[in-house]
Amino acid sequence: MAHSSTNILSVQDLAIGYDSKVVAQHISFELEAGSLCGVVGINGIGKSTLLRTLGGFQPKLSGDIYLNGQNLEKFTSSDLSKELSIVLTEQPASKNLTVQELIALGRQPYTNWLGSLTEVDKQKIKESLDAFLLEELRYRKCHELSDGQLQRVLVARAMAQDTDLILLDEPTTHLDLYHKVQILKMLQQLAHGQQKTILFTTHEIELAIQLCDRILILDGKNHPFGNPCELIEQKHFDRLFPSEMVQFDEKTGTYKVNK
Amino acid sequence: MESPRSYRFSFALLAIALFLSWLLNISSGSVSIPFADVLSSLLGKNTGVASWDYIIWDYRVPKGFTSILVGGGLSLSGLLMQTLFRNPLAGPFVLGISSGASLGAALLLMGTSILAGFTSFSFLGDVSLAIAASIGSFLVLAVVMLVAQRVKDTMALLIIGLMFGSITSAIVSVLAYFSSAENLQRFTFWSFGSVGNLSMDQLLLLAGIVAIGIILSILSIKSLNAFLLGENYAQSLGVSLKKSRTAIIIATGLLAGGITAFAGPIAFVGLAVPHLTRQIFDTMEHKILIPAVLLYGAILMLLCDTLAQLPDSASVLPINAITSLVGAPVVIWLLVRKRKMIF
Repeated sequence: MAHSSTNILSVQDLAIGYDSKVVAQHISFELEAGSLCGVVGINGIGKSTLLRTLGGFQPKLSGDIYLNGQNLEKFTSSDLSKELSIVLTEQPASKNLTVQELIALGRQPYTNWLGSLTEVDKQKIKESLDAFLLEELRYRKCHELSDGQLQRVLVARAMAQDTDLILLDEPTTHLDLYHKVQILKMLQQLAHGQQKTILFTTHEIELAIQLCDRILILDGKNHPFGNPCELIEQKHFDRLFPSEMVQFDEKTGTYKVNK
Repeated sequence: MESPRSYRFSFALLAIALFLSWLLNISSGSVSIPFADVLSSLLGKNTGVASWDYIIWDYRVPKGFTSILVGGGLSLSGLLMQTLFRNPLAGPFVLGISSGASLGAALLLMGTSILAGFTSFSFLGDVSLAIAASIGSFLVLAVVMLVAQRVKDTMALLIIGLMFGSITSAIVSVLAYFSSAENLQRFTFWSFGSVGNLSMDQLLLLAGIVAIGIILSILSIKSLNAFLLGENYAQSLGVSLKKSRTAIIIATGLLAGGITAFAGPIAFVGLAVPHLTRQIFDTMEHKILIPAVLLYGAILMLLCDTLAQLPDSASVLPINAITSLVGAPVVIWLLVRKRKMIF
């Protein structure tokens, strides 16, 4: 297969789902280093399943996934943990961890058998704290944080894991508009500033159009992929929802409710 | 993260407290021995009264060490379970692990006599009791683990643990009904719990089992910390779920099963001590929590045993009753005072 060297993630004719039930198929896209990509689509179309498959949590049904040019299935879990980090919708099991302790867990792939932190690890943790404006909260317990703060902590943990690819499952749910924009802006900075490849699922189509470099639309048929402007021109967003309820306005890049 | 200075101070305090409670434990008992004589006997000098030396060296010192092993080991198994099941109310007693050990012991102590008629008890060594109790606790632990993977609800898991407790105690009752008076008495005494009746060989065996449990726990420190985020996150951090889960389960089963075999089912220590420890050591880092719960559990057990050993009286209360009397209010206090038991 042909892989250009800058492609971090390459997905070819992927089918995802469970044993007998195909959730989505014929998914193909490629992501370059430093790009922010949103995955949009209606509920139940397979966004989370795609993310779980890319993250190595569940086996694909068919097709190919290449991470840094290597077949995803060939990675051992400890090698994969240095290439790919993930932010899930589930809350951390223990919220009694402090912000700093939780972010420090992101360094586990690199630490010794006891998990002792080296100077490099501490530096990475500090960078993550700074990047997500968590410096002042570092000794707070996670159960004391607001939803928006906790989400920032979880993303900061993924950043501390220092992987080429970061996957996030609905990082903006339960947040108000301000914090939605804040977290997506931070993701954009992380992607562009540190050349991280970031893929996240979201229902915030209008924000994704404004902030993402690439968008993957899961529509149950041919799953269009491209930069937001191309997708708007090709009228893919118009077809995302039944048109009798909402209509996509190409000029503003927003959905309008049909009166 | 790193162990800060303040924890070193707490560790030093705990170590001193452990030493003091050990001394207190050793100097109290049914025979009143002056403290000065206890000290001089411990330092290797003769007290002049032969029976005193005998009582101190052959009875009280082994009992003190048993308490330390039992308290520390049970507390560690509780900590492991709370992290593994992501549940603050998990513990060897609540999840039915102790009941499993009881069932194993009951089958051995009472079941064999039913099967084999008047089998003499002598061929059943200490090792077989330890094995039977450990197998019992492993079985229950394995079933609870299987159920835990299906039922994500922590409440349901606890109720299932309680149900296992009911099932095993029902089987034990049936066994007891058909058992001979002598074997029934053996089992009843065992179920009261005791740290005092261990021979040197038994003590060494128990120490070996607890040591293996502690070593496995230390080797699991990194994965235990990762489990604090949940299993999916742990996997994404490169933790081999199967391997680390197995290591933790074996450690828990050995600790809870082995200790229950020798000392009887001792309630609440495993559940309460990790929470008490977190009141002092405000961290989730297992590197700090593991030694802390070992120390704390040992102290608590020594104190409970000292209480059970009513000073200057010949009667010894069942240790299981004492730990319940101390442990249950602690759990209630934690729930009421802190609203929820933070884990």
